[in-house]
Parts: sequence; C-alpha cells; structure tokens
Amino acid sequence: MLYKIYQSVLKEILLLSRDLGGAIILFVMPLVLVITVTLIQDSTFKQTGNAKIPILLVDHDHGKVSQSVNDNLAKSNAFDVISRFDNQPITEAQAKEAVFKGKYQLAIVIPADLSHDLQAKIDQNVNKIMTSFGVGDSSATATDKKKVTQKEVKLYFDPAVQIGFKNGVMSAIDQMISQIETQSIYAAFKEQLGETEFDFEQQSFINFKEIVPTIGNKEVKPNSVQHNVPAWTLFAMFFIVIPLSINIVKEKSQGTFVRLQTNPVRTWVVMAGKTITYLIICMLQFYMILAVAFFVFPHLGLPPLHFNFSLMLMSLVALFCGFAAIGYGILVGTIAKTQEQSAPFGSTSVIILAAIGGVWVPVFAMPEMMQIVARCSPMNWGLNAFYDVILRQARLVDVLPEIGLLFLFFLLTTTIALLYDKKKRTV
Amino acid sequence: MQPIIQINDLAKKYKDAEFYSLNHFSLDILQGEIFGLLGPNGAGKSTLISILCGLIDPTSGSFSIKGLDYNRHAFALKKIIGVVPQEYALYPTMTARENLVYFGSMYGIKGRDLKDKVTQSLEFLGLLNFADRRVETFSGGMKRRVNLIAGILHEPEVLFLDEPTVGVDVQSKNAIIEYLQRLNRNGTTIVYTSHHLAEAQEFCTDIAIVDQGRVFAKNTPQALIAETPNAKDLEDVFLSLTGKGLRDAV
Repeated sequence: MLYKIYQSVLKEILLLSRDLGGAIILFVMPLVLVITVTLIQDSTFKQTGNAKIPILLVDHDHGKVSQSVNDNLAKSNAFDVISRFDNQPITEAQAKEAVFKGKYQLAIVIPADLSHDLQAKIDQNVNKIMTSFGVGDSSATATDKKKVTQKEVKLYFDPAVQIGFKNGVMSAIDQMISQIETQSIYAAFKEQLGETEFDFEQQSFINFKEIVPTIGNKEVKPNSVQHNVPAWTLFAMFFIVIPLSINIVKEKSQGTFVRLQTNPVRTWVVMAGKTITYLIICMLQFYMILAVAFFVFPHLGLPPLHFNFSLMLMSLVALFCGFAAIGYGILVGTIAKTQEQSAPFGSTSVIILAAIGGVWVPVFAMPEMMQIVARCSPMNWGLNAFYDVILRQARLVDVLPEIGLLFLFFLLTTTIALLYDKKKRTV
Repeated sequence: MQPIIQINDLAKKYKDAEFYSLNHFSLDILQGEIFGLLGPNGAGKSTLISILCGLIDPTSGSFSIKGLDYNRHAFALKKIIGVVPQEYALYPTMTARENLVYFGSMYGIKGRDLKDKVTQSLEFLGLLNFADRRVETFSGGMKRRVNLIAGILHEPEVLFLDEPTVGVDVQSKNAIIEYLQRLNRNGTTIVYTSHHLAEAQEFCTDIAIVDQGRVFAKNTPQALIAETPNAKDLEDVFLSLTGKGLRDAV
C-alpha cells in the first residue's frame, strides 16, 4: 500500500515537473496576489501615504468654520483640498458636476454665514444659560433674539465611491465641526464671564488607549501585513483547487483513471498520492509567502511580517488548511466532467468561499445570516486559526477546534468524491 | 480444458436506457484460448469487457474468473487480469518508461524485477530506443504498443483487449499480434474484441458473435464458417448472423 502511494506521489511530481508553466503559476501567482493585495490594503489604511485624494471645497462661508475645515483637511495628509478652478472660486454647480461625473470623489459645500450663524446660535444659548444664573447680559438677550436657522454642510460623493470611504469621510467632517462648535461654546462662555485671563482646558478629557497583546514586556501591535498575509495566503492555498481538479479531469479524459480502476489499487490510494503531492505544494507556497513577507516586504515599503508567533503552530494550521483545500479540489475534479467545468467552477467557488469566510469583509461586519453561513466556511476556520496564532498568541489547544473542522471537511469532501465515483460505476 | 471465465446470466441495463445492453448473457471461455468477441456497434461487447474488468457493475447475474467470484473477490480478480483499453490510457507528458514503471508498480511489481520487465517488453515491441521519450511525441502505433505493455507487465492470467490494433500501421499490428501470441503460448488467456474480422479469423482460437446483448453463435472460426450456408469467411458469417442494417450506437 505505502509503495503504491509512494509511486503515485512520484507520478504526480513528474506530471507537475513536466508542466513548467503550470508549476510557475502555482508558485508565482500566490506571491503576486499576496504582494499586490498587501500593498493596496496597506496604503489604504496608511495615514502618511503619498497618494492624496483630491477633494473640492466650495466655501460660501468665508469664516472661521470654513477656514478650520480647510486647515484640518489639509493637515490630515489624506486629502488635497481644491477650492479654485482657473483661479476662480469653485461654484456648487461646478463641484456637483465634477463629482457626479467621477472626476473627483468628494465635494464639500460650506453654506454662507455658517461661522456667523453658529456663533450667533452659541451666543444666544450661552447668554440664556448665563441669564438664568443671573450673570448674563439681559440687554443682549433682548437684541439678539433673531431666529437662527439650522445650517447644512453639503457633501457630494462620486456614486462609485464605496460606503466605507463615505462613512469615514462623513465621520471625520462631523468630528471636525463638533470640535469647532465646542471651541466656540468655550469662547462664548469666556466672553460672557469677562474672564480674559481665565482659560478653559479645551483638550479632550476622555482619550482612547488601545491595549494590545504583549509578549514579555513587548507590545504586539498588529500591522496590515499581520492581517493580510494570513488571509491572502489562505486564499492562495485554496486556489490549489484549480490545478488539482484539472489534474483529475485530465486523468479521466485521457483514460489513465479508467486504467487505474482496472488495476489492483484502491481509488483512495490514487487520491492519497495526489493529496500528499498537493499538500507539499501548499506548504511550499505557505513558506514562500512567509519568506517574501519577511524578507521582501520591507523593500517594498511594507512593514515586515513579525515572527512573534509559533511557526510550528502556524505550519500546522497551514497543513490543515491545505487538507481542506485539497479535499475540495478532489471533490470538484471528481464531479466535473470537463476542464471547462472544473476550472471556472473551482475558481469562482474559491472566491465565494473567501468572501463567505471573511477574507474580503470581516465576518463581524456581515449581516446576521451571512455570519451563520461564514461559521460553516472552511476558509473562515482557517482564517480564524491563522489569526489566533499570529495575532492572538494562541496555543495548540486554542486552534484544535478549527484544525479539527478543517480535517473533517477534508474527510467529508474526499468521502463524497469516492462515493460519487463508486456510484458512477453502478450506472 | 477448464473454463477460466464463467459468465452466468449476466444482465446490464444502463440508467434511463430503453433496452438491456446485456441480456441473460452466459458464456464460458476456456483456459489458454484466444477468444474473439465480435459484434456490431452497440452489441454489448464493451459493456461485457467493462463488467469483466470491474469498471462497471452488472444489473444482475454473476461471473467468475479462475474460480474467483466477482461479487466476493472483486479486488483479488484485478490481480490476475490485464486490460488493454481501446484509447491510449497513458500520461502523455511522461516517458514510455515512466508510464510503464508507474502502472507496473500499481500491480506491486518492484525494483529490479520491474525495471527488467519494462526493458524486456519495450525491447520486444521495438520501443527500447524511445523508452525515455515522452509518449506525446509517439506515433499512434508506438502509443498502441506502450498501451499494450502497460496491461501485461504483471503477466496476467487473463488479458482483455479492446480493439488493440485499431488505427495502427501493418508493422505495428504485426508486432502486437506476435507479442500476444507469445503471451498466449506462455499461458495467458486472451479475450479480444475487434472489428477486423480477417484479423480475428486468423488470430482467435474461438469466437463468439454477439448482438443485442446476447450470444448469437460461438465456435472456432473454421467451424462457424462451415456452419453458415454460402459463407467463405468470418465476414460472411457475421453479416449472416447480424444482418446488413446500419448500427449507429449512441
């Protein structure tokens, strides 16, 4: 039995080595994928990125508020604020057209008299409070009783802009305006109290401090590489489904699989040969990606992968992810009749599994029903196990449930494949 | 002589098929025979060979090879039979030697024994000089010969051949027939299907003409010709028994 498995492994290695183009794709494409996605994801979340997003600012206010918005946006380093076209101030109509045509992603329109009206509203409110305490200027309350209408800062977004970006920008602007309002309120109180030397502490009283896991006394702060490498390595490993399923379909179409069925060898022995070979490939892919993340990423301007996790445990998780991917590949290859069926189905289903598994969007951000579906996805088990090891400093016992499920998935898919193959013979 | 293959009341009806491909099919094949299984397209020959090789299960009935009942000893049966399918069931990107070493190893042949068997067979069929070339570069005749060797490396007691000489030149055909006759002299029983009736008449010791999933006639080629009125050769016997209507199997 072992001899036959060994010979099957040799055969698979020979077949792979004879398809040099295919072998290069197997190893190079996952690397290209991980590097590309990490570069993109990293720059998206970087605050000091070189690429700034140009945004239009239509200033009808010309006051303190618009100046503050302008200054804050410019300070953020993420935006390049444009307020003039051909040396002329941008009009709202121009801004709207440019954004809706996709030339710019965002336009902010600050209404006329915003600074003045904001100040008036604050003065009215502060005065009212002070008067109720008997220290206000009652004559001022009488004269400044004019109605101040609510103001709207208009935001125009390119319809192609994603909701995440939209929400981020809206929240940043909201925060900016709240800060201006707070400062104005403090200033109004100060003026009413007539305390020129009295200074309010305007810094936020409540701050956030992120507590991250530590190893010894050293904080382990996750960077984009720690997040992206496991996710995209897993994704790349699952792409083994395509060459493996094509390999099985080819064996069926060229008659070698039928010949093997007439030989005194069990189908599972043949599949074991494939499993071992493709597991070796999966592990090589995994170590190559780790090596690139460690050695090459810093040269690409990315943070390096910090090896502050157990490589042994990480390898174990990768091994079981490989098992799950191979089981799925065997199932696809057994059921598909042609390469035209197996290749597109294999690739599309891997992308779907990745989406369900939380590779694109975190599971916690998914709708409730999709979260339930995600919990049944092998890629989700793999991803969780990878994150457990890399980011949560997990031990073997912590990842046992996930790797157990991954192996169960392998057993289930290969059993279905073998039963399906057997059933075909009773046609 | 003892029958090495005993087929009892075998039937096969494919899912959704209107008719039985094999219908109460019974046949004995004696040890040491070169047995020709002849019939028009769709007669049931390939279905019978596929069942005897363990590729598909019969709907009912049973068969045994060398006393081993299929229903109880399916795996053991595969050790004593050899199969040469009609298509080139080889890995095109592997060399002839690599293909043969792999398929030989699936019969448990190892080490020096495996190497020697591969070399000797390649030499006998005139392929030793091409042993280390990829099969995809071979002509049809060369592929057919490698295909044959892959089925006989383990020296089977019963060899099933599905049209082993189809699409090959006269030289390759001659080499294949000679090799099969040598195997037969060494004790291998051969079960062979072909549409080359002249070849079958010359090569086979016994013949069954099958149609509609049943045996229409079974005897030596000479006896079949003699039994059939106005028959000069096996083709006349064949047409007389199976008719001249076209048989387009789908």
